Amino acid sequence: MSDNHAPRTASQRVAWITTVVMASLVLVFLMAPILAIMPLSFSSGSYLTYPLPGLSLRWYEDFLNSPRWVSSLKNSVIIGVASTILSMVLGTLASLGLAQWKSKFKPLVLAIVLSPVVVPGVITAVGLYFFFAPLGLTGSYAGLILAHTALSTPFVVITVSATLQSFDMNLARAAASLGASPIYAFRRVILPLILPGLASGALFAFATSFDEVVVVLFMAGPEQRTLPREMFSGIRENISPTITAAAVILTTISVILLATLEALRRRNERLKGNLR
Amino acid sequence: MTAAFVAGADASSEVPLKRRLKRAERTRRLKALALILPLLLFLLFTFLGPIAGMLWRSVDDWEVRQVLPHTVAALADWDGKDVPGEPAFAALAGDIRTARDAGTVAIASKRLNYALNGFRTIMSGTARNLKALPEPGTAKDTLIGINPAWGERATWVAIKSASGPLTSFYLLGALDLTRNVDGAIVAAPEEQAIYRDVFGRTFTISLGVTVLCLILGFPVAYMLATLPTGQSNVLMIFVLLPFWTSLLVRTCAWIVVLQSEGIVNDSLRWIGLIDEPLRLIYNRFGVYVAMTHVLLPFMILPLYSSMRSISPAYMRAAASLGASPVTAFLRIYLPQTVPGIGAGSLLVFILAIGYYITPALVGGAADQMISYFIAFYTTETVNWGLASALGAVLLLATLLLAVVYGKLVHGQQVTGGMKN
Repeated sequence: MSDNHAPRTASQRVAWITTVVMASLVLVFLMAPILAIMPLSFSSGSYLTYPLPGLSLRWYEDFLNSPRWVSSLKNSVIIGVASTILSMVLGTLASLGLAQWKSKFKPLVLAIVLSPVVVPGVITAVGLYFFFAPLGLTGSYAGLILAHTALSTPFVVITVSATLQSFDMNLARAAASLGASPIYAFRRVILPLILPGLASGALFAFATSFDEVVVVLFMAGPEQRTLPREMFSGIRENISPTITAAAVILTTISVILLATLEALRRRNERLKGNLR
Repeated sequence: MTAAFVAGADASSEVPLKRRLKRAERTRRLKALALILPLLLFLLFTFLGPIAGMLWRSVDDWEVRQVLPHTVAALADWDGKDVPGEPAFAALAGDIRTARDAGTVAIASKRLNYALNGFRTIMSGTARNLKALPEPGTAKDTLIGINPAWGERATWVAIKSASGPLTSFYLLGALDLTRNVDGAIVAAPEEQAIYRDVFGRTFTISLGVTVLCLILGFPVAYMLATLPTGQSNVLMIFVLLPFWTSLLVRTCAWIVVLQSEGIVNDSLRWIGLIDEPLRLIYNRFGVYVAMTHVLLPFMILPLYSSMRSISPAYMRAAASLGASPVTAFLRIYLPQTVPGIGAGSLLVFILAIGYYITPALVGGAADQMISYFIAFYTTETVNWGLASALGAVLLLATLLLAVVYGKLVHGQQVTGGMKN
C-alpha cells in the first residue's frame, strides 16, 4: 500500500517533506537522551559533562566492585526469573482455559485478569503494602515475587491468547481422536506450536519485573533492593557516573530482550507466510 | 459403521442425546474454568484483595473505637447538642487510664487530632495528669479541671464523629470537604484544602502530556504508516527502543541532559544564546519533557495501527474528485484516524494520571501529582485513611477511563480498525 502514498503534486511533496522533517525531529527526541547518557559512562572524569576528558571503564569497575549494585542486579534477576516462571504457569493455563471458555462472564474475567496493567502502580503498591505487612511478606523475596507475578501475568495472557487465536484447535482434536491424552496432546502438539508465543510472553513478563520500581519502593527491605530501586535512590541523591554505567547495563539488557522479541515476531510472520 | 456406532452408543445408555450433549458442554466449561481458576485465586490474593483492603481502609474507623470503647458506648445515644452527661466523662476517664497503661493513647489521639486540631495535646495532657480514677460523680469536674477543652461541645463531637465503625471523614477530606460541629458537609479549612488543587494539577499535567504526545506522535505515526514496510520497520526501532528502555534510565538521562551543567545548557551557552544556565529540570518543564518522552510510544503505536488500516485508495479517490491535499486530509484521512487518536489519548491520559516515579524525580514540590501524596501519606505521615481515600478517588477515575477505553478499542476490533 505504501508506494501509493507517493506524493504526486508539488504541494503534496511539500506536505510530505514537512511531515518527514517533523517526524524525524520527534524520533531524535525519543532517542537523543538515551544516546546522550551512554558515552558518559565511559568517561574517565567524574563529571557528567561533554566533552569527555578521556575514555575509561572505571565506572563499570566501580559498579562491579560495589556490593550494593551487584546485589541489586542479582536481586533483579532472581525476582525477575522467579516471577516470570510463576506468571508463565498461571498465565498459560488461564489463556488455555479462556480460549475454550464460552460464558457471559468472560469479559468480566478478562477485565479482572488484565486490570493490574491499568491500575496505577502506587495504588497496587499501597494495597500490597497494607495487605502483605501483617503476613510478613513485606521485606521478603516471596512478597516481591508474588507482586511482580501479578503485574506481569496480564502480559503473558495477552501474548499467549493472541498466539492461541491463530492456533488451529482441530489439531488438538485430531490428536485426541488418535488417542492422545490431553496432557500428551498438549506436550507434543500444542506446546511446540505456541512456543514462540510463550517465549514472547516470558520476555514481556521478565521485562515488566525487571523495570518495576513502585512496588519495590514500598515492599522491598534493604536485602531485596533491585537495580531500578537502586537507581531511584541514586538519582535522588546525586547522579554519579556509576549510575550511567548501571543505565547502560539496563539498556543493554532491554536491547537484548527487544531484539529477541523482534526475532521471534519475524520468525512467526515467516512461518505464517509459508502456511498461506 | 457410523450408524452402528451411534446405535450402539444409544443402546448402551438410556440418556437422551440432548442431555448428554449438555453434560459434555458442562464438563468442557468446568475444565476451562479449572484452568482459569488458579490465576483468579492468585489475583484475589495478590491484587484484588489488597485493593479491596485499601478501599476498606478509606472508610474504616477503628482507632477510637478500639482505644476508648466505653466512651464510644456512652456517647452512642448522645444527641450532640450540649456537653454529654457524667457517665460519658466517667467512661472516658476509665478508658484513658486503661489506654495509658496499655500505651495506646497515641493511637486514639492521632485519629482525634485529624478530627479536631490540637486534640493530641488535650489527650496526652489528660493522660499525664489523671493520677487516679475520679470519685463517682466527680469525673466531669476532674476532667474539665485538667483541661477546660473537655467542657466544650466540639471536643465531644470530635470523639463521637470518630467513633466509627465507618467514616466518610477521609473520603470527604480527599475532596477538600469536612463535617462541621453540626454534622453538615462544608468546605475544609483553607490550610487543609489542598487535594482539589492536587487533582486539578494531576489532570492538567496529564492533559498537557496527552496533547503534547498527540501533536508529536501524529506525524511520526503517519510517516511510519506511509513509508514502505522495510523502512518503517527500521524507523520503528526509534520508537520501540525507548519504549523498552527502563523508565529509570530515561528519567536519569533527561536529568543529565537538562541539568544546569547539562548538554542543552552547555550547547546554548556555547552558541551564545544564554549567559546563565536555564532551569530546565526539577520544575514543571522537566515534568512535561520527561513524561511526554516516556508516554509518547503509547500514543504512536495505536495511531500507527489505525493509520495502517486506512486504504490509500480513499485519498486517491478524494484527489481524483478534485479535493486539495489539505481538504482530503482533513475530510477523508483525519476522520478515519479518530479511533486511533481516541485510543492513544485515553491510554496516555490513564497512564499519566497514575504516574509517580518521573514527577517524583524531575518535578519540584509544586509539580507532584496525586500518586506522590498517596505514597507520602502511606510511608511518611502514616495517615493510611487519607492515603486510601486519595487512592480510591484515583482508582475510580482510572477505572472510569479504562471502561471508556475498553469500549472504544473493542468497537474498533469489531470493525477491524485495530487488529494489531
